[in-house]
Amino acid sequence: MSLTREDVIHVASLARLGMSEDDLTMFQEQLSSILGHIEALNELDTDAIPPTAQVVPLENVLRADEIHDSLSQETVIGMAPETRDGFIAVSAVMAGNDEGASA
Amino acid sequence: MSLPQDLTLMTVAEARAALDNREISSSELTRAYLERIDEVDPAIHAFLHVMSDVALTQAAEADRRIEEGTSDLMTGIPVALKDIFCTTDAPTTAASKMLEGYVSPYDATVVARLRDQGAVFLGKTNTDEFAMGSSTETSAYGPTRNPWDTSRVPGGSSGGSAASVAARQSAIALGSDTGGSIRQPAGFCGIVGMKPTYGRVSRYGMLPFASSLDQIGPFARTVEDAALMLRAISGNDPLDSTSVPVDVPDYAANLREDLKGVRIGVAPEYSAEGMESGVQDAVKAAIAQLESLGAEIVDVSLPHTKYALATYYITAPAEASANLARYDGVRYGNRVEGDDLLDTYMKTRGEGFGDEVKRRIMLGTYALSSGYYDAYYVKAQKVRTLIKQDFDNAFASCDVVIAPTSPTVAFGIGSRTDDPYQMYLADAFTIPANMAGIPGISVPCGFSDNLPVGIQFLGQSFDEARLVGIAHAYEQAAGWYQKLPDVSAES
Repeated sequence: MSLTREDVIHVASLARLGMSEDDLTMFQEQLSSILGHIEALNELDTDAIPPTAQVVPLENVLRADEIHDSLSQETVIGMAPETRDGFIAVSAVMAGNDEGASA
Repeated sequence: MSLPQDLTLMTVAEARAALDNREISSSELTRAYLERIDEVDPAIHAFLHVMSDVALTQAAEADRRIEEGTSDLMTGIPVALKDIFCTTDAPTTAASKMLEGYVSPYDATVVARLRDQGAVFLGKTNTDEFAMGSSTETSAYGPTRNPWDTSRVPGGSSGGSAASVAARQSAIALGSDTGGSIRQPAGFCGIVGMKPTYGRVSRYGMLPFASSLDQIGPFARTVEDAALMLRAISGNDPLDSTSVPVDVPDYAANLREDLKGVRIGVAPEYSAEGMESGVQDAVKAAIAQLESLGAEIVDVSLPHTKYALATYYITAPAEASANLARYDGVRYGNRVEGDDLLDTYMKTRGEGFGDEVKRRIMLGTYALSSGYYDAYYVKAQKVRTLIKQDFDNAFASCDVVIAPTSPTVAFGIGSRTDDPYQMYLADAFTIPANMAGIPGISVPCGFSDNLPVGIQFLGQSFDEARLVGIAHAYEQAAGWYQKLPDVSAES
């Protein structure tokens, strides 16, 4: 299995990973090689085998709907790299939608 | 018992007795470890943050508690914590630039349990970035060095915790094992390392890598010490719905002296190509020793072992790609401002993550992406079923399976960093237990070229009591655990 440069650009964009041209070259080569080893799984006929996503003998773990103490809003919001008026601040998602714009 | 002049030579079981008999204080014991860290950590680099002030305060509190007669399992015992467990009184970085300086507002459940018991936190240990690696070389803060030979890796990802116990910079330590990250470095560093059953220990507050595989466990000098720590951290936690509500036995009460009536499975699939002859010889000698203790050696087959590595390198990266999506520079962690929000994400993640983390996120994203999901992700989940069935079949005819922990001894720093797949092969023998969710413990079984070799005992789910009992009998008869590395102060 070999990935094209376009494949690597596409996957990096899906994963929100900024990459230099050198990074793209390196990952194209390394990921192709790793996927080549992974091809070995195709030796196995698994048509009749059910998948295993997790191994604990539990399902639908529920709890009582009770109110417990939690971290304060101040503590949680305070961890953000940038805050404004008790909110987490990020740059505008849509252009020209700066101060005071309503949704 | 006569006390050693150097208090760091004591096991946790010995220190527990000496503390409770008031032969030593936790403050003395803690100072001995902090001095040892000062002396050897410049050569080893096991720690990312040493918590001297916290440790001395906790030690004084532990001494007060012991005086009152309210001491618990880990009261006053100096512990090192892998830097992926959230702590409110020291940074938690996962050895990543993404979380440089980050201090969590809450403790991980394992940390909270140890804190409640009065344990002493010596510091946070180095790891591969976000626990992704087999050598501790992907840490953004430089590699940890193996106490037996500082030109070699300690293994990984929990290499800092392993090295700290081996170099007597901590009495005991916690790590996490997703594909071997406790057992493999324990083997490379000549100590005991245990991965409990998936679901035995709460993962709440551990920075997640692959959520269906991650499990927290101890590094210790002896199986008995590991058994004590396992009891201290085990049990259901309402904050982790995968922590299974089953009883936690007194593991240390199950230690045994002989192996009469024990059936030990040996599988030919664990003497694969790529295995060093020194490792093979040490494992053969261990099998003979187990027989001399009265165990019956049973041939078993685990035919899908050779597919475990490929299965893992789909499953773990797929889960990681989802888990690490949270590091976006918005709510916490570092942010690199871009031209707009998308550019901020790209720059934050592009600059915050190292190459190995990016490689895994890319692999996982690819395996989950439209058009490849069935061919890779679902395929790997099906093979995971086959690997689990192999163990179920084997345990029909034996109590535990033994295998070398790794195909090789510790390799040189820098010797595998250029070829990711060569690095991945270091975990070929440890990954199957994670895929099946079963417990495993690595115990020293000899040396090859003056470097430690580990043997792992793999047991049935939630059967850790029997597993540690058997491993203890072997460890005490073999005696390799008594050999300690001579760590010079300067490298």
